[in-house]
Amino acid sequence: MSIDTSAGPEAIIEFRDTGYRLPAGQVLLQNVSFTVRRGETLVLLGRSGAGKTTALKLINRLAEPTNGQVLVEGRSTLDWDAIALRRHIGYVIQETGLFPHYTVEQNISLVPRLEGWPTERIHSRAQELLALVGLDAAQFLRRYPHELSGGQRQRIGVARALAADPPILLMDEPFGALDPLTRMEIRREFLALQERLKKTIVIVTHDTSEALLLGTRIGLIEDGALKGLYSPKDFLHSSEPVAAAYVAQLHALEEFERGQ
Amino acid sequence: MNEVGFFSQHAGEILQATLEHVWLVGATMLLAIAIGVPLGILVARRPWLSKPILGSANVAETIPSLALLGFLLPVPWLGDRADRVAITALTLYALLPIIRNTAAGITGVDPAVREAARGMGMTPRQILFQVELPLSLSTVLAGIRVATVLTIGVATIAAAVGAGGLGEFIFRGLALVNNQLILAGAIPAAALALLADFFVSVLERRLRPAR
Repeated sequence: MSIDTSAGPEAIIEFRDTGYRLPAGQVLLQNVSFTVRRGETLVLLGRSGAGKTTALKLINRLAEPTNGQVLVEGRSTLDWDAIALRRHIGYVIQETGLFPHYTVEQNISLVPRLEGWPTERIHSRAQELLALVGLDAAQFLRRYPHELSGGQRQRIGVARALAADPPILLMDEPFGALDPLTRMEIRREFLALQERLKKTIVIVTHDTSEALLLGTRIGLIEDGALKGLYSPKDFLHSSEPVAAAYVAQLHALEEFERGQ
Repeated sequence: MNEVGFFSQHAGEILQATLEHVWLVGATMLLAIAIGVPLGILVARRPWLSKPILGSANVAETIPSLALLGFLLPVPWLGDRADRVAITALTLYALLPIIRNTAAGITGVDPAVREAARGMGMTPRQILFQVELPLSLSTVLAGIRVATVLTIGVATIAAAVGAGGLGEFIFRGLALVNNQLILAGAIPAAALALLADFFVSVLERRLRPAR
C-alpha cells in the first residue's frame, strides 16, 4: 500500500496501526495508520458500516482503540483527560443532537458555559457564532431546535461545535440528512467558513462529490481498513478498484446527461 | 339525616382525617421519589440490575396491603408508631411506577442527543442532570402521578393499623353498616385523588419537552 504514514511536525492527529474490535469480537477497524495535518480537511470516504464513524470516535475518545493508538497533538488519546480532549475538539453529527429543551442560544453556549466563561462573553460569543453560520441572531437565539428547518439545525450544530474555538473539528455525515439544494448551499458556506477559520477538520461521508468538494485529502475506508489517501485530483484518476468504483458512480450521471 | 347534613355536622372530623390522609400520602411520596428516582436511574444505567430491582418492586406490589401492614407491625422501631408502618407499606407500593417511568424516561432520551453531549465533553454527571433528567421529567412525573393516585386510595387501609386518615370513616362505616360514614371517607379520598391527578398532569404537560 502506498500510504503516507510519516508523522511530520505538522501532524495534529495520528493513527498508528490502530484497530478497534467490539467486545463481542467483531472487527470494525484494522491496522489503520495515517496522519491529519494542521489546517487540512481530511475526508474519510466509505460505505455505511465501513468503519468511518468508528475512526472519528477514536479521535475524541468516544471509543478507545483495542490495538495501536491514536495521537492528538502528539499525545495518545488515552493519556488525555477524556473530557478535556473532547472540549478541545468540536463534534458535529448528522442528527445534530441539539438539546430539544435548550434554546439555540443555550445550545451553542453549552461548551463555553461548561468551561465557565463569564456570562457576557458567552452572550457575545453566541451572537458571533450565529453570524458566522449566517443566521440572524435577533431572530434565532431564542428559538428551540424544533422550530428550525433541517438546514438551520445543521448550521446551529456547526456553531455549537465551534463555540469554544477548538482547533480540531470532527464531522460525521454533517450534511447527509439535508435535501440536495440545501446541502449544496451549506457545503459552499462550509468552504467559505473553513477559508477563514483554518481548522483541522475530519469529515466522514459516503458521498463522493462531497469528498471531492470539501476535502484537501480523501481517505478511502473499506471493510475497516484504509485503502488509500489521495488528493482530490489523484482520487479521480486512481487505479485502485474501490476508488475507481466511486469515480465511475460519479460519472454515471454525466453519461446519463450525454444520453439525453 | 341527609348526606349534606351529615357532612356539615362532621366537617371538623372530616377535615382532620383529610389532613392526616394528606400527611400519610405526602410523606410516602417524598420517600418514594427519594428512593424510586435514583433506583430508576440505576436501572437505566445498569440494565442487568433491571430484573432484580423491578422484580422486587413488582413483588412488593403483589402483597395484599392488609397483609403487608400486618407483616410490618412487629418490626422494631417501625412498629412503634402506626404512621411509620403505614408510610413504609405505602412507599413500597408507590415505588414501582416511579422506578419504571424514571428508567423508561432516561432510556428514551434520543441517542444522538446523548452522543452529542458526550462528544462535547460533558461529564456523566452533567449529562444526567442537564440532559437526561430534564428530558425525562414529564415521563418521571407521569410515574409520580400514577403513584400518588394509587397511594391516596391504598392509604385508606392505613386506618386498619390505627394510622388515621380517611380510612377511619370507611372502617367505622363498615363496622356499623353506615353508608354515610363510608362516603365521608370515600368522597374526600376520591376528591384528593382527582385533585392530585389534575395538578401533576398540568405540571407534566408544562414540562414536556418540545419535539
